[in-house]
Amino acid sequence: MSMNTQGRPTRMAENIAPDNLATGGYADTISGSRGLDQAEPLIFERGGMDRCGVDLPEPKGLKTRLGGLERKDAIGLPGLAEPETMRHYVRLSRKNYAIDLGLYPLGSCTMKHNPRLNEKVARMPGFADVHPLQPASTVQGAYQVMGELAHWLMTLTNMPAVALSPKAGAHGEFCGMMAIRAKLDADGQTGRRRILVPESAHGTNPATAVQCGFTVDEIPADKTGRVDMEAFKAKLGDDVAGIMLTNPNTCGLFERDIREIADLIHEAGGYFYCDGANFNAIVGRVRPGDLGVDAMHINLHKTFSTPHGGGGPGSGPTVLSEALAPFAPVPYVVATEKDGWDLVEHMDEAEGTPFGRMAAFHGQMGMFTRALTYMMSHGSDGLKQVAEDAVLNANYIQARLSHVMTVAFEGTCMHEALFDDRFLKGTGVTTLDFAKAMIDEGYHPMTMYFPLVVHGAMLIEPTETESMSGLDRFIEVLDALATAAKAGDTGRFLAAPVHAPTKRLDETRAARQPVLRWTPSADAAE
Amino acid sequence: MGAGAYKHHVPATVDHLIQRSEFLTAYTPYQPEISQGTLQTLFEFQTQVALLTGMDVANASMYDGSTACAEAVMMAARVTRRTKAVMAGSVHPHYVEASQTLAKYSDVSISVTDAAPADLDAVIAEIDDTTACVVIQTPDIFGRLHDLREVSRIAHEKGALVIAVFTEAVSLGLVEAPGHMGADIAVGEGQSIGVGLNFGGPYVGLFACKDDRRFIRQMPGRLAGETIDADGRRGYVLTLSTREQHIRRDKATSNICTNAGLCSLAWTIHMTLLGEKGLTQLARLNHETACELADALSAVPGVELVNETFFNEFTILLPKNADQVVNDLARFGVLGGVPASRLYPGRFENYLIIAATETNTPEDIAVFAKALAGVL
Repeated sequence: MSMNTQGRPTRMAENIAPDNLATGGYADTISGSRGLDQAEPLIFERGGMDRCGVDLPEPKGLKTRLGGLERKDAIGLPGLAEPETMRHYVRLSRKNYAIDLGLYPLGSCTMKHNPRLNEKVARMPGFADVHPLQPASTVQGAYQVMGELAHWLMTLTNMPAVALSPKAGAHGEFCGMMAIRAKLDADGQTGRRRILVPESAHGTNPATAVQCGFTVDEIPADKTGRVDMEAFKAKLGDDVAGIMLTNPNTCGLFERDIREIADLIHEAGGYFYCDGANFNAIVGRVRPGDLGVDAMHINLHKTFSTPHGGGGPGSGPTVLSEALAPFAPVPYVVATEKDGWDLVEHMDEAEGTPFGRMAAFHGQMGMFTRALTYMMSHGSDGLKQVAEDAVLNANYIQARLSHVMTVAFEGTCMHEALFDDRFLKGTGVTTLDFAKAMIDEGYHPMTMYFPLVVHGAMLIEPTETESMSGLDRFIEVLDALATAAKAGDTGRFLAAPVHAPTKRLDETRAARQPVLRWTPSADAAE
Repeated sequence: MGAGAYKHHVPATVDHLIQRSEFLTAYTPYQPEISQGTLQTLFEFQTQVALLTGMDVANASMYDGSTACAEAVMMAARVTRRTKAVMAGSVHPHYVEASQTLAKYSDVSISVTDAAPADLDAVIAEIDDTTACVVIQTPDIFGRLHDLREVSRIAHEKGALVIAVFTEAVSLGLVEAPGHMGADIAVGEGQSIGVGLNFGGPYVGLFACKDDRRFIRQMPGRLAGETIDADGRRGYVLTLSTREQHIRRDKATSNICTNAGLCSLAWTIHMTLLGEKGLTQLARLNHETACELADALSAVPGVELVNETFFNEFTILLPKNADQVVNDLARFGVLGGVPASRLYPGRFENYLIIAATETNTPEDIAVFAKALAGVL
């Protein structure tokens, strides 16, 4: 028994029946909160039209010059005072898993630590508080960041050009594939419209190819998880525009035949798009330009640690080969003769024949500063170690779990370890159940059911920023879960998660009866 | 400055909250049981965007206004099964170019009307039975407001959709919403609320449309939806993902994956801090500051105000090259706006696009007018 400062004893209640010790004998709280897991209504149920958390001067009541287009009806936007706003979002934040809370082993997503130095630099007013269309003389520093980032990306990839403006990985894919299409059209190769895409590819690859007017032809994987070379060769022909290949691929494997693939696609008259989503596994070790790549996007929010932010913003600079460089989109920065920088932002000012413009302004500047900070603080030696440690960590997990879980493809992996669901066969536990049980254990699940070429896939990417002791704890939990599943202890899987802020959510109901916004009537009907 | 990016005051609360580890270092909310924070804020964001634009539903964000505009054009073509898009020349030229790029190798062709006229007659004249959509920005790139009711009526008669574009979200606190003027899809840039200038990115694209199954099934991007958990408690999930690339692959409505998550969070936090009262007050302050700046600048000899209507952005005609004037003003420490020729190369060389916001003081206005008089 301990004493509090008022001198009263603090102890367990004596009159609670032993059976009820866990819950106190009641199922739910009055408020809906569960201690620190506080129930939080929507702002529409909490705020008021007259409440405001910003102190603004009173308007003078001048006559408007809106040509009679004043908004007449109430908008319906609730407001909250500043302290209420803080609580609303802080409470909601506590219902999220995050890298800063624990290992986030989502394969192919690269959830690594986000150094806060990057955040600090990105907020410097010379980057954060400048307008994209200011006169060039007033934004030389911002242009220089773009120029230096371009230099690092071209050097790390050994590619002669880079388009910085794509706003995310998929946008970068679009950039690269547009360049390929523009080049084919410029060469009169208008019959080349078929793009080869491995079955294991990210969904963005086929979606992007179609956006550029191509058709998609899938290549199967061989039994080692790599491109089936015979199937690939059989698909080559004079209607082939190119191949979209991820390397290391989504099975976490290096495509050993990549040089041959590049040579064959080039001989066939096509181009090689490399999906750079997994560049983090080879940065500083392998230069895609040496492998015959014609275009590759680089997810700055993966390899170069800009934060994922709950789904963006990302940034997808796209490096281009000599053949494709003239078709790079506007805008881009160039060094001037007087040691300064300038922006080429119109197609008719460009040296080549740009295929167009990706988006307004010049790209994700806030991500450029963060990524360049990461590069400069690591140096080229540090970046090489990033790739080495990422691969080492993944192989450590694969080696230590291979006795209880089933590795999809034999041999060492790159930066992610791929398991299938053979080890769950006959247990009544699915990959989904297994993943949901990990939530109860305090971990974010791995990527599930992707890549599609592996049954019940579990793709684990620990990244280089996990310590050995952190990996050991994670491995022990997965080992124990796999052992429990096999021992018939299915209870902890089928209802999981039971310790998360919510139980399993009904996704079918969400899709069949879509409720995509709050409405007062829907609320009253409940 | 202006022309698609605006300097507004962003409360410190916003930047503090978006740096919470649980928001900053989370992934796309694929595991809803441990992502309710992100999912509920997205649901709130979608509702706020729908209310602001006067539309029924909104998605969980696009990269920015220009890519939202481009995706809207492609969506309209899918919904109407038509291939011709008409864009007003007074839509931000970067938005036009981004749309042309996305449509370049599709069967959608885009015609663009001349930018100079203040009315929409040229757009209306282009509408025929093959038109999928008309795209109109209001306030437009020169700051002029457009009533969409007439063009909407004519477009709908011919079976075409109306896409309303805005680059200044704050305007919707004072100006009639696109959804109330007949727009079928409203897209725009959300940067003004919560995000900051950032030299052009990252920003947040707002995308809203009518509540119609044909529309929703063809929407690009992520959608958060309400559902219940195994105990019957309310919760949120990403939904209708059969539109998306990770499920539909080559049949997807868009290739978008990562969007503008953290910027949409900043947007929704700032909007919650403002509320209806704050937003309308902010919008009015912007308009009044712009009125005062317009008066001060048009009082400078040789300067002519082009706009009859505007919100917080307008265009002036100068007696000399606007690019030269802007560079001269910069030497006096004044960022005087965006020369229209920077967006329309070889055209409008004496025209200067200028925005004023709540951050501009009466002293700023006086200094600007004096400097302008000095460099002319």
